Amino acid sequence: MKIVVCVKQVPEVTNVQVDPKTGTLIREGVKSILNPFCEYALDHAVRIKDRFQDVSITVVSMGPPQARDVLVRSFELGADEGILITDRKFAGADTWTTSLTLAEAIRTVVPDYDLVLVGKQAIDGDTAQVGPEIAEILGLPQITYAVDVTLTSTRRQVRVTQEVEKGYEVIEATLPALVTCSKGEVVRRAPSFKDVINARQKPIRLVSASDLQIPEEQLGLQGSYTQVVKVFPPPAKKSSLLLQNLEAADAAREIFGFLREKRFVE
Amino acid sequence: MLNIDHEKCTCCKVCIRNCPFGALSLVGGSLHVNELCTLCGACVNVCRFDALSIERKKASPEELARYKGVFVWAEQDEETSPRKPRKVVLELLGKGRELADKLGEDLVAVVLAGPGEVDTEVYGEHGADKVIICQHELLETFSTDGFTNVMCAVITSKKPAVVLYGATPHGRDFAPRVAARLYLGLTADCTGLEINAERQLVQTRPAFGGNIMASIITPYNRPQTSTVRPNVFPVPEEKKDSSLVKEVFPVTLNRAAIRTKVVEKRYLDEEGDLSIEDARVIVAGGRGCQKAANLELLQDLAEKLGGVMAGSRAIVEQGWIPHTRQVGQSGTTVGPELYIAAGISGAIQHVVGMSSSKTVIAINKDPEAAIFKTADLGVVGDAVEIIPLLSALIEEKN
Ligand SMILES: Cc1cc2nc3c(=O)[nH]c(=O)nc-3n(C[C@H](O)[C@H](O)[C@H](O)COP(=O)(O)OP(=O)(O)OC[C@H]3O[C@@H](n4cnc5c(N)ncnc54)[C@H](O)[C@@H]3O)c2cc1C
Ligand SMILES: Cc1cc2nc3c(=O)[nH]c(=O)nc-3n(C[C@H](O)[C@H](O)[C@H](O)COP(=O)(O)OP(=O)(O)OC[C@H]3O[C@@H](n4cnc5c(N)ncnc54)[C@H](O)[C@@H]3O)c2cc1C
Ligand code: SF4
Ligand code: SF4
Repeated sequence: MKIVVCVKQVPEVTNVQVDPKTGTLIREGVKSILNPFCEYALDHAVRIKDRFQDVSITVVSMGPPQARDVLVRSFELGADEGILITDRKFAGADTWTTSLTLAEAIRTVVPDYDLVLVGKQAIDGDTAQVGPEIAEILGLPQITYAVDVTLTSTRRQVRVTQEVEKGYEVIEATLPALVTCSKGEVVRRAPSFKDVINARQKPIRLVSASDLQIPEEQLGLQGSYTQVVKVFPPPAKKSSLLLQNLEAADAAREIFGFLREKRFVE
Repeated sequence: MLNIDHEKCTCCKVCIRNCPFGALSLVGGSLHVNELCTLCGACVNVCRFDALSIERKKASPEELARYKGVFVWAEQDEETSPRKPRKVVLELLGKGRELADKLGEDLVAVVLAGPGEVDTEVYGEHGADKVIICQHELLETFSTDGFTNVMCAVITSKKPAVVLYGATPHGRDFAPRVAARLYLGLTADCTGLEINAERQLVQTRPAFGGNIMASIITPYNRPQTSTVRPNVFPVPEEKKDSSLVKEVFPVTLNRAAIRTKVVEKRYLDEEGDLSIEDARVIVAGGRGCQKAANLELLQDLAEKLGGVMAGSRAIVEQGWIPHTRQVGQSGTTVGPELYIAAGISGAIQHVVGMSSSKTVIAINKDPEAAIFKTADLGVVGDAVEIIPLLSALIEEKN
C-alpha cells in the first residue's frame, strides 16, 4: 500500500513582515520549517504504517531546491522516499497551478498510490485550497479537517475522524482518497539518532517541468487564475486605554464601570 | 468540450444518471453527448473508467463580459425549520448588494437544501433580487461531492460574474473543488471586496497568519470566486420586499456520485448551546488562566453577561475546552459585541479570529502583551483574581 504525503516548506510566520517601502515580504533571516499541518499529515501516515503491513510513504514537495530540507526532515520522521518538484517555471503558482503540478507529479511518479494526505493549510499562503483541488484533479473523494486517520479492517476504505463545528464526525471513503489533516497527536515521535543518519540515505527523485504532461501555459505564474496585485501590512490597531498597578478589586471596579458605560450591564 | 474515450467506456450509464442537463445518452450502443452539455463536469468524476475528460481554455474578454450577476451560496443552518440561512449569508448579501449595484447586475442567492420547507423571503429582505432553489434529498446534509456537483451545474448554466461563499468549514471544503473542476481562480478567506474601474473583483485577504494583507484579482476567467470570512461585514438592515424572483433549479443527483459516508457523529456541545460564531458576548481564556478549574470563573462571568466561553488554541491543546470553542486562524472567527480576553497573550493567529469584535477588554499580567494592542480597555493584572470580583459586582447590581 502506498501513501503519498504532500509537504510544504514554509517560513516561520510569526516573524514575517512587509517592507513598507517596496510592499514585498521580508524573508531574510526568517527560518524555514516543515509546515506544521503537513507534519500532522505525515504523523498520521506513520501511524498507519505502524499498524498495517507493507505500507510505504512517499513525500512530495514543490518548491525551490532548498525544499529538499523538508523531505529530509520527513525522512527523519518516518517517510521512505521523496519527490522534489522544482523548476523556475513553477514559480508564482497560485493554488490551482500548484495543485495541478502536484497532482500530475503524483500521477506520474506514484501512479499506484492508495491514499494522499495533505495538511489542512499551509501557514504562509493560508488558503487551505490545495488539498481539495488536488482531490478534484485526481478525481478522488476527499475528507477535510482530519484529527484521526485509519484504515478499515479490509484496508479498502479510509476512516477519518473529522472536526466539525459541533464536534466530530467519523467518515469513510473508498480508496484511493485524499484527506486533509488539521491535527495529530499532541505528542509526536521524536526522531532517534539512527533515524537522522538513515534519513540522509533515502532516495529523492527530482521532477522538473519537462517530466510532466502539463502544457507550459498552465504552469507557474502564467497558469495562475489569481493574481496578487498588492501586498501591504495589516491596518493599524485601535488605540486603547491601559490601566496598570491596580489592586484586583479596583481593577474589577474599573472594568465594571466600563461595562456599564458601554451598556453591557444595567 | 467533453471528450469521450470510447475505448475506455463500458456503457455502464452511471454518467447518464448524474448529468444535471440530460446531455448524455447511449446512441447505437455508444455514449453520446449533445448540445445541452454545459461542461459542468459532474459526469467526469463519477466515471470509474476514466473515460471522460473536459478541455477548458482561458476565456476571451468578450466571453468574460457575458458572465453577469453576483451569486451568494446561501449556506443553510441545518437546525432550523423552515430552513434559514446562516448569519454569514446575510453578511454576504449586504456586501454582494454593493458589488452588484456597482456592476449594475443582479444579486442572487443560491440555496442547496433537502426537500423540506425553506424560508426564501429572508433573501429579498436582505437585498437579493433573486433566489435559486436547489432541493434534493441528497442535499439534506452536506457532502463535498453532492454540493460540488450541484453548484457546478448552477454556475455553468447561469454564468455569474462573481460567486461568494462563506469561509465556513463547508464553504472552504467544497469551494476549491468547484474552482478546480471549472478552472476558476478562488481567493481564500477574504476580508475585503470591491469592484475596480475595469469591473474586476478586487479581493483582499490576510495571509502569513495575519501578518500581511494581499489584494488579489482573477482576470482570466469567470466567475471570480471567493470564500469570505464570517463576522467581517455587517448584516444589512432588513427591508420589506416583494420583487424577489424565485427560481426552482432542477437537481439531478445520484447516490453513486457521493463517495463519502458519515458512519458516526460525536457532538460535544450540548444541544441548544450558542455557538461562539454567533455569540454576542464572549469571555475567552488563555494559558494565563493557569488551570482548567479556573475556567469555571470565566463560564460564570460569561453567563452573567449573557454570553459564552471560548479560548485560545493553547488551552484547546491542554484539553481544557473542546476545539469547537477555539477562537482564531485555525479555529472560529468571531465577531461579538463584547470580547473579554483573560490570560491570552494575543498571538497574531488568535487576534485574526477576534479582531472584528466591537469592544475588547483584555486582562493580562504582562504590560507588554500583544493583546493590549487590540483592546479598547486593557488591565494589567491577575485574571484569576479579577474575574470573580467582576462577576460579584455584576451579581450585586442585579
Ligand atoms: C499573500 C499571498 C496570498 C495568496 N492568496 C491566494 C489565494 O487567495 N488563492 C490562490 O489560489 N492562491 C493564493 N496564493 C498563492 C498560494 O499561496 C500558493 O499557490 C501556494 O503555493 C499554495 O497555497 P497555500 O500555501 O495556501 O497552501 P494550502 O492550500 O493552505 O496548503 C494545504 C496543503 O497542501 C499541500 N501543499 C500546498 N503547497 C504545497 C507545495 N508547494 N508542495 C507540497 N505540498 C503542498 C500541503 O500538504 C499543505 O499542508 C497567495 C500567495 C500569497 C503570497
Ligand atoms: C498555524 C498556527 C495556527 C494557530 N491557530 C491558532 C488559533 O486559531 N487560535 C489561537 O488562539 N492560537 C493559534 N495558534 C497558536 C498561537 O500562536 C499561540 O500559541 C496561542 O494563541 C497562545 O495561547 P495563549 O495566549 O493562551 O497562551 P500564551 O501565549 O502562553 O499566553 C499566556 C498569557 O497569559 C498571561 N498570564 C499568565 N498568567 C496570568 C494571570 N494569572 N492573569 C492574567 N494573565 C496571565 C501571560 O502574560 C501570557 O501573555 C496557532 C499557531 C499556529 C502556528
Ligand atoms: S460512466 Fe464512464 S464507463 Fe459508464 S457510461 Fe459513462 S463514460 Fe461510459
Ligand atoms: S459535463 Fe455536465 S452537462 Fe456535460 S455531459 Fe457531463 S454532466 Fe452533462
